[in-house]
Amino acid sequence: MSDFRTPTSRVRGLGASGHGVGHFISQRVSAIALFFVIPPFVWTLATSGAPDGDAMRAYLATPVGAILTLLVLTAAFYHMRLGVQVVIEDYIQKHGMKTFLLLLNTLLTAGLWLAAVFSLVKIAL
Amino acid sequence: MASDWSDPRPLSPHLQVWRWHATMASSILHRVTGMALTFGAAALAVWLVLLAFGAEGAVAFLFEGWMAWVTRFGLIALTWAVSYHWLNGLRHLMWDAGKGFDPKGSNLRSILIMIGAVIPTAALWLSIGG
Repeated sequence: MSDFRTPTSRVRGLGASGHGVGHFISQRVSAIALFFVIPPFVWTLATSGAPDGDAMRAYLATPVGAILTLLVLTAAFYHMRLGVQVVIEDYIQKHGMKTFLLLLNTLLTAGLWLAAVFSLVKIAL
Repeated sequence: MASDWSDPRPLSPHLQVWRWHATMASSILHRVTGMALTFGAAALAVWLVLLAFGAEGAVAFLFEGWMAWVTRFGLIALTWAVSYHWLNGLRHLMWDAGKGFDPKGSNLRSILIMIGAVIPTAALWLSIGG
């Protein structure tokens, strides 16, 4: 079957490699977000009285603790999914295994993020 | 069984033939710390779920007896990892802006970042007296 598309149209959007520049930009945007939220999060979490359960719940129930944790969880899980994806693409050659691990990466990060966000909201409200 | 590889041309030299140098170590460490932080974030998510259901007692053994030392070591290592990944990530953003590609400076910054990551780690753990 002949392809009537022009060379330009073939590299637009997802591009010739199948994922385009979106991955690169998303990784940087989430990195910049984490640059700002990681230091205050790590500091407030470490000084919250962890690992005591009640102290942790009290921290997560404060606006600063809840919002910082929500921001970090969201940016970090997004950033992680992109980073681990590259690691899988670099080291796993077999197509089936690669597809399986990429799927697992997406589902696990999304699942853990949702479970953590639900838990945070439950504690904070 | 023979390898699937039938191309007779020589393969390009791979990882093990290179002499270790600072920028190579810092690049590998960025990936290693990234993977460590992924497991750290997953542990944090599980910890939050346990807290939400008042079930944190399930992992109380992590903070008792000799396990407390293993956990403390792990958390200190994770603090160094996040410090390193944060500093080296900043360097990656500088590279994206086209800055900091000179070999001498790159080697120096690689070493500075590896050592520099100890500072926030030590500051945090000394101040909480963990």
